[in-house]
Amino acid sequence: MNLDLLPLALADGFSYAGLLFLVALGLTLIFGVMGILNVAHGAMYAFGGYAAASLIQLLMSRGEVPSVVLVLALFAAAIVVGTLLGCLLEIGLLRRVQDKDPVLQLLVTFGAFLILDDVQLLIWGGSPYTASEVTGRLGTIELFGATFTAYQLIFIPVVALCAYGLLQYFLRHTRVGRQVVAVTHNAEVATALGIHAKRIRLVTFIVGAILGALGGALSVPSTSLVPGVGTDMIVLSFSVVATAGLGQITGALIAALMIGMARSLAVYTFPEFEVVVPYLIMVLVLLIRPYGLFTVAQARKI
Amino acid sequence: MIAGILSLIGAAVCLVLGLVFPWMKVPIIVGLSYGLAALGVAVLMRAGQVSFGHAMYSCVAGYTVAFLSRAYPALDGLLLVLAGIVAALVAGAIIGLFVVRYREIFFGMLNLALSMVLYSVLGKFYEITGGTDGLRLERPPFAGLRLDRPGYETALLVTALLASLALGTLVQRYFGSAAGEALAGIKTNETRLEYLGMSARRILWNGYMISAGLCGLAGALVVLLQGLVTPELGYWVRSGEFVFIAILGGSAHALGAFIGAVVFQVIQLVGTMLLAGTWKMLLGATLIIVILVAPTGITGVLPIKRWSRSRERKLSLQPVTGKS
Repeated sequence: MNLDLLPLALADGFSYAGLLFLVALGLTLIFGVMGILNVAHGAMYAFGGYAAASLIQLLMSRGEVPSVVLVLALFAAAIVVGTLLGCLLEIGLLRRVQDKDPVLQLLVTFGAFLILDDVQLLIWGGSPYTASEVTGRLGTIELFGATFTAYQLIFIPVVALCAYGLLQYFLRHTRVGRQVVAVTHNAEVATALGIHAKRIRLVTFIVGAILGALGGALSVPSTSLVPGVGTDMIVLSFSVVATAGLGQITGALIAALMIGMARSLAVYTFPEFEVVVPYLIMVLVLLIRPYGLFTVAQARKI
Repeated sequence: MIAGILSLIGAAVCLVLGLVFPWMKVPIIVGLSYGLAALGVAVLMRAGQVSFGHAMYSCVAGYTVAFLSRAYPALDGLLLVLAGIVAALVAGAIIGLFVVRYREIFFGMLNLALSMVLYSVLGKFYEITGGTDGLRLERPPFAGLRLDRPGYETALLVTALLASLALGTLVQRYFGSAAGEALAGIKTNETRLEYLGMSARRILWNGYMISAGLCGLAGALVVLLQGLVTPELGYWVRSGEFVFIAILGGSAHALGAFIGAVVFQVIQLVGTMLLAGTWKMLLGATLIIVILVAPTGITGVLPIKRWSRSRERKLSLQPVTGKS
């Protein structure tokens, strides 16, 4: 590899890791609290992305719009999509399969994903969507003799780190957050202590869904959306979550960085292996540590 | 007994339909291949494990058939099918060593991840695999005969029917055997199984090989029928379809996979007529309804368990032991 490309690859990887982390964070949070691997999370990503792109196109067609409004539109789209889809899925579906086998729960979310994937195709069609205008507005940065867009180099990583910090604060220092942690550890005991576990599950699911949708919304300014993007993302974010260990939040941050960086280095050196690299990392990690890098040992029930 | 008679009647109906209406041969062969692959997935479902990547074994077998047939055009179709199964078995044995260490979600998603790797590798290496356009192959001789298109399709139909009958029976026998009971034991209580002195990993590995071989056979048949192999054969959607059929049919009896395949074909037909490109939402809706209403599938709901010789036992996907 040309050494001049190294900073470019690292910057790309950094921004990609940020997106990946947002999506994986939502996935791992939902798994931690509800014990469900939500395959429909990929649909959250796609819906968040498409909704944000549509909203920005709508705003742009109204004439001159300040950059702040465009950036806020990304977040607004993610929050609306995440809340709506999150409520719909949790209340309409997951609540009903709460006591079933984890694999059956996974299959139910898979069924929901199949439906949402086609709904997305019906609403937005098969043509690519993008909102590169936002990237242009935020300008560029000169670093090590290469030009980066401020959006990718600063904005996405900052949002990802903020999401991490806010979530950690939420879980450790707020009333609802501590209730979430209690439900994660043992839902029955938490209920006995007077925690409304049903409501906690709903809140968690919505927060997770918003994080997934935010990942999609933040991806549209720098990439374009095509059908099938949700599937790629769910498998990729699963590989992050599995590498870290299911339910590990700080682990997901490190794993997302590892996988994001490795993937973008592969793009610049062996482009054929771009898609394979995340899975190779996951397989290697799981061979050595079968339940992820950061999982703590659990007692088994006989 | 009754299940056996039902299977024979079903096979006879397929054969007659195929001979009387030649256009039905292709959908019947495709349906049987779906049934065979879903049977493979159902074997693992006995152990409580659901694989979301088993189409990769169809893909491995399909590409083996295509490579061999292109290199040696005189090779017999039956030999090609065998070669495809062997390739799928070898791949299953190697990948199986890795994935049998995992259960439930990890098991399913690792299979999915590996199948995605295969899918994208096949699409990228254009020089060798023909990329996303895939590889074409000439119609090979079949059972020593040079056949025209209709004859070739009839030969494939008969092969698929015989294979389905034979393998369905064998798998049903396997379910009732000690090895098959141990496989079901992985779902009910794996720790107790280990205490009985059996290696759960080894038992699951055997089951995994069986399922890989069945999916390989399905892939080889489809490729020989179409004369074309593309990475689509190993796409996750196809794996999802196998899982769908296996869940729909249930794993209580080997017949379930084939009943599920018929229902799947009907849904696909109706769906493409009503919804065109977005018919998969019908699959998703059916999957959710089946899990909510009848999680044991068609064979779990029908009194088919009493028809077969396997003893009355709990075969639902729900855990038998109380889990908190």
